[in-house]
Amino acid sequence: MKAIICSLCYVIFAPLIGGLLDGLDRKISARMQGRVGPPLLQPFYDLNKLHNKQLIAVSKSQTFLMISYLLMMILTGALFYAGYDILMCFFVMSTASTFLYFAAIVTGSPYSTIGASRELIQMMAYEPAVLLACVGFYLCMGTFDVAKIINSVVSPIVYLPGFFIAFVFILTIKLRKSPFDISTSHHAHQELIKGLTTEFGAKNLALFQLTEWYEVTFLCGVVGLFIINSNPISIIGAIAVVFVVWFLEILIDNCSARVKFDLMLKISWIVTLLSAGVNLLILMINR
Amino acid sequence: MSMVKKSPWVLHYDGSSCNGCDIEVLACLTPVYDAERFGIINTGDPMQADILLLTGGINSQNQAVVKQLYDQMPRPKVVVAIGVCACTGGVFKECYNIIGGADTTVPVDIYVPGCAARPQAIIDGIVQAIDLFQKRSDEHELLMKNKGKKADLKTKENNNSSDKGNEA
Repeated sequence: MKAIICSLCYVIFAPLIGGLLDGLDRKISARMQGRVGPPLLQPFYDLNKLHNKQLIAVSKSQTFLMISYLLMMILTGALFYAGYDILMCFFVMSTASTFLYFAAIVTGSPYSTIGASRELIQMMAYEPAVLLACVGFYLCMGTFDVAKIINSVVSPIVYLPGFFIAFVFILTIKLRKSPFDISTSHHAHQELIKGLTTEFGAKNLALFQLTEWYEVTFLCGVVGLFIINSNPISIIGAIAVVFVVWFLEILIDNCSARVKFDLMLKISWIVTLLSAGVNLLILMINR
Repeated sequence: MSMVKKSPWVLHYDGSSCNGCDIEVLACLTPVYDAERFGIINTGDPMQADILLLTGGINSQNQAVVKQLYDQMPRPKVVVAIGVCACTGGVFKECYNIIGGADTTVPVDIYVPGCAARPQAIIDGIVQAIDLFQKRSDEHELLMKNKGKKADLKTKENNNSSDKGNEA
């Protein structure tokens, strides 16, 4: 029963939280650049506008693929917040990303095709760290179930600092922030027009935005999972850590330039190997 | 009626401009003027844009490009001509390759004169364009609603006629 309520709360409130975080992101970014910035609710205004525009799509299957992407992402978060297997959540998330890839490539536009292939490279870059994080949770807690992980006596981060660093690092890729926003960016101009989302207009772009918000809320939950334990006070700590990580991402986004894909792949794999790999070795030896 | 005017995304196209107006358009996005406080995003993608900003006159080579950009933008949309070249052709009007202002190719709604147009004038033009965008959006919404009703009526009529056909 509690699981159903939690996942229902996620389905209803995740877009609100994701949208507010997005608005906060734009506001803080503007302040960092010495501007006033848009209102906090700007992402919701954008979504409303996109919903009212005429839909022009080269291929009609694009809308179907975007809806599948949204539903898969909702399923990911719902499974996670219901306390099911974390490994399963990440597999469903990868499936969702595949739908996004097809939605971009189905148009045949050179910009979105290159953006889509870059999205695949991004997946290659972040998947090792994500899967290693799951392995780390299993090694220290003896289970993949989120419901059991949050009931541990000690916060998982005590055993998994390296995995945490690797996960926060790849979060930059996942949140499409500079220097790793190579497939598409939240910022207006880039060398690929809008990359992956070049051919998404009106409702399809609105679906993309909405899915991003679900994804952000899910990823914030995973960051929080590193902190949370059986003590209820740790929830406050988890929320604080999520905000610190979020602020760090905005800071990195605003003070770095986009890198090439090979550098992104190298850096993310090196960081994953060094921090998560070494942590994994220590856990294996102490078992 | 939904409030679409809080999120106008602009697409900027440089025709045969001397770059004076383009620099002023970009100046609108800098911290001094900060057009993003109105929710304006300078997007590079016509499929996501609401307001088309044109600078410079239309010449025989870019005419097709401007027309295509306009066609790729989803309705409702607004076109703003910035600078005297985009309004009338300006000092280049008599050149052999210049066709004229932006209105020779696409329907222009707002004219912002000036050589180069000042950022204040450009922002004023865009703010007027935003109001027009809201008006068009309301009309578009109404049109789509009525269209839906008409389509329903048509399908009903078709069904009726096909029924009659069966009877006959």
